[in-house]
Amino acid sequence: MEVSELEKIACQVRRDIVRMVANVSSGHPGGSLGCADFFTALYFKILKHNPENFDVNGVGEDVFYLSNGHISPVWYSVLARSGYFPVSELATFRKLSSRLQGHPSPAKHLPGIRMASGSLGQGMSCAIGTAITKKLLKDDSMVYSLHGDGELQEGQIWEAAMYAAANKIDNLISVIDANGRQIDGDVEKVLDLGSLDAKWRAFGWEVLSMDGHSFENILKVMAEAKSMTGNGKPIMIIMNTEMGQGVDYMMGTHKWHGSAPNPQQLEDALNQLTQTLGDY
Amino acid sequence: MKEFEIFGKKDTRSGFGEGLVEVGKTNPDALALCADLTGSLKMDAFEKEFPERFFQVGIAEANMICIAAGMTVGGKIPFTGTFANFSTGRVYDQIRQSVAYSNKNVKICASHAGLTLGEDGATHQILEDIGLMKMLPNMTVIVPADFNQTKQATIAIAKHVGPVYLRFGRPVVPIFTPEDANFQIGKADVLTEGSDVTIIACGHLVWKSIEAAQELHKKGISVEIINMHTIKPLDEAAILKSVGKTKCVVTAEEHMINGGLGDSVAQVLVRNTPYPQEYVGVNDTFGESGTPDELLTKYNIDTQDIIKAVNKVLSRKK
Repeated sequence: MEVSELEKIACQVRRDIVRMVANVSSGHPGGSLGCADFFTALYFKILKHNPENFDVNGVGEDVFYLSNGHISPVWYSVLARSGYFPVSELATFRKLSSRLQGHPSPAKHLPGIRMASGSLGQGMSCAIGTAITKKLLKDDSMVYSLHGDGELQEGQIWEAAMYAAANKIDNLISVIDANGRQIDGDVEKVLDLGSLDAKWRAFGWEVLSMDGHSFENILKVMAEAKSMTGNGKPIMIIMNTEMGQGVDYMMGTHKWHGSAPNPQQLEDALNQLTQTLGDY
Repeated sequence: MKEFEIFGKKDTRSGFGEGLVEVGKTNPDALALCADLTGSLKMDAFEKEFPERFFQVGIAEANMICIAAGMTVGGKIPFTGTFANFSTGRVYDQIRQSVAYSNKNVKICASHAGLTLGEDGATHQILEDIGLMKMLPNMTVIVPADFNQTKQATIAIAKHVGPVYLRFGRPVVPIFTPEDANFQIGKADVLTEGSDVTIIACGHLVWKSIEAAQELHKKGISVEIINMHTIKPLDEAAILKSVGKTKCVVTAEEHMINGGLGDSVAQVLVRNTPYPQEYVGVNDTFGESGTPDELLTKYNIDTQDIIKAVNKVLSRKK
């Protein structure tokens, strides 16, 4: 798939995101928009997966965990758009009896979801567990996990970081969505993380940097990361993104982390995002 | 009253350790994880026999629980081991989200539960864990009574699909259940039949209940003892059958009264036919350092307390 195709899909994913959250006046558009390019590249180009026949065990497939579960809109959109479930179901997001819960969960048996997330800090440990199982099964597929930068304030992340390096979990590629913002404001003001690069290196990980809004760079760095697996070290990619990317008034602020646009704001957002695949 | 044969004395944690090795031999998918308490949990035999399936995670219980949850993706059956306090209270949110809500096939195995952990004191003596675990949807909660039953329960939970909390302890206590008993999750054991009062107990308090019943028998009181090794799902039929006959009940557990086995039994009775009930359990207080026997006495969960509770409930019945 060409980069121009991925760009088209990502634009539609962004439309899905703002429409989903506006539809129920709740949800987290900022981080979702910021990760739209990454998710599009992951699900349409990078992952070895089987959307039509989802199996929770994922043997022989790459397994992805979303640790910062609040950006569920972007995940639901790419899951639907890549064939896990009907696109029309995106209209049920956060509504009663929906499989598309506010935060992702396998409890409603939504294809594509293997683990609940929302309470932060748990997904890296879960990813390590699956990476171990893959090694035991001699399954050479990858495990990927995505984390927020604010999420790194959770102590369990660092338990997982220590474990993965000490135990040579080298079939795991973790990605940090480094948008520098969290609900209460800028990450460096809420609780400064210092140098992420230095921290992860000190914890024994290979560390790469990625531009989360350049498909060329995402594909290059993700391929580089994969080429580094199997060498005794877990791999961390620090992905620089802009919260709210693609909708001008949502960028440059933390204010759209967890609030939905009103009808007028939605219209403004949709005017900035071309419909490419057809709205759900 | 029926005589109970004692087959020896051992700690229930050793039953877990032996059961885990059996599971390892028969089920190649079984894995074990421990947070720096391998010896205390008696997991060293498994580690020695199946080193490639044993995972030392260090002092990082939250990480351990979620690694275990992740291991199930691909079909493995992880058993986590640490003290009951660190198996539940410390990692409640991890269990809630990644194990119970995600409905993963993780076996949370917890030693040193309750006061009988002894000298380490209240920081380690969790008395709330049954309540914490039974409140979680999808979770099965098992509290076996002796070495043999803990071993059988360990083997049984490997075959059960879904999250399980298995609670056992440190002290050396009498073994009175048969080695070849057919342990069934959710099926209570009626240890001895009686007509005046039912005692429903779990864990270490089952043997204490037998001791109490023997003394009560000498005074002409006929006690029916139920070993309620599975707190959830609760064997409601066994409770209703027995208490329907004796018309009063004492519950006994090494746990807070709030949220424990007694509460579960009371819930069954009030929704059906209420009968007088007395609770033997710890009454809204933390423990302290001491020997297991001293603590059971001081915190009113010993044999004599069960006898007192029986006398009280009998007086309420009349």
